[in-house]
Amino acid sequence: MQEYHLKLPLTQEDVQALRAGDMVYLTGPMLTGRDAAHKRLIQLLDEGKELPVDVRGQAIYYVGPAPASPGHAVGSAGPTTSYRMDAYTPQLLKQGLNCMIGKGRRSDAVRAAMREYSAVYLGAVGGAAALIARSIKSMEVLAYPDLGTEAIHRFTVENFPAIVLMDAHGGNLYESGPAQYREE
Amino acid sequence: MREIPVPRVTEKVKELFLTAAYYIGADVEAAVKAAAETEPSPIGKSVLCQLCENYQIAREEQVAICQDTGMAVLFIDVGQDVHFTGGDFEQAVQEGVRQAYSEGYLRKSIVDDPLFDRKNTGDNTPAILHLRIVPGDKVRFLVTAKGFGSENMSAVKMCVAADGEEGVRNFIVDTARKAGPNPCPPMIIGVGVGGTFEQAALIAKRMTARPVGSHNPDPRYAKLEADALAAINRLGIGPAGIGGRTTCLAVNIDFFPTHIAGMPVAVNICCHAARHAEGEI
Repeated sequence: MQEYHLKLPLTQEDVQALRAGDMVYLTGPMLTGRDAAHKRLIQLLDEGKELPVDVRGQAIYYVGPAPASPGHAVGSAGPTTSYRMDAYTPQLLKQGLNCMIGKGRRSDAVRAAMREYSAVYLGAVGGAAALIARSIKSMEVLAYPDLGTEAIHRFTVENFPAIVLMDAHGGNLYESGPAQYREE
Repeated sequence: MREIPVPRVTEKVKELFLTAAYYIGADVEAAVKAAAETEPSPIGKSVLCQLCENYQIAREEQVAICQDTGMAVLFIDVGQDVHFTGGDFEQAVQEGVRQAYSEGYLRKSIVDDPLFDRKNTGDNTPAILHLRIVPGDKVRFLVTAKGFGSENMSAVKMCVAADGEEGVRNFIVDTARKAGPNPCPPMIIGVGVGGTFEQAALIAKRMTARPVGSHNPDPRYAKLEADALAAINRLGIGPAGIGGRTTCLAVNIDFFPTHIAGMPVAVNICCHAARHAEGEI
């Protein structure tokens, strides 16, 4: 297990170096998006239209933040469960998205696409939402403001803590981690 | 007869949802802290410590423990000697939810039509109300604000008598195994056995709010709770699902009489941000 401090967006060298179980601290810009925004992005791709945000080489955080209270850049902002994005993800990876941040298992199709297009899946600790919000320094809406919390935002983060859940080489911490502690 | 003006209902409902969103229960926090001491996985221990730090930040800064502040569900026991005055009782409850989510900087997560439109209602209403009429002149509230990461991992099974204790235990453990990392473990699991399809689910939801560390007063059900808990903690899922022995903090079971032909079992999974609050007017 390695620990990395990385600048966003990640380079292909960064993505290739990461292994399931590594700890990373991210600094820089990341996109946000969840169910409704993904549905719209894929609809545009299916219609052969241009996306409202450039996903090439970018990271996307699956999150719907709580509203910011006075004195905060953002409200509580922990990850949402990623499998709901699985149906849409391979197409975004094909477009060049190279990093996803969420929680929970991914489908075989997503894992195959991560190897094919070289992408990494990171985990933020679900429910540690007030703690995570401290590493988010600013937030702006990039697309779909009508979706409210589900809009596509740009978060600028500093030392955002995450764990490599699935790497670009097939490594999967959700298999290797529990296997060490299973007593069945 | 006791008269209660409905604005008091609004005020109480608002207060309870804000309490639930910002302040983790002492039982849950103590259980997570204790687990952080004993968790053998270093990364699992670090996750549990982050959860404790997160509870503290939420409490001190009055911010939501988790951004998913749930769909509002209220169990309300209305004393039969109460007369509500000055407006519509249910609307007063919905107004309390609206005020809590709007003024408390909580996320609005409810969409109107679930299948076709999925348009956000903008104020986290409607809340779901479960009402009972009870003796007395008080109104008791239990409010829960469960996120959907864990709600989505819940299940109902129409078991039969022949499934027995083993069948119920296996269904609980299998539901936790399938859920794996998705519901933000360590989980708290509410289980309803008996009744009907919907009654079992209602009991299970109530049981997610029973204090961690409490047990069913019937020793047979208490043993089933302990056995299921131990079996789930042998799955290896661990904190955040990345490996460890702290997968579940509590299995809380309650039961209800059922039909000669059936034994419904409902398993409602709750995350470690187990948000609920109780109050009375």
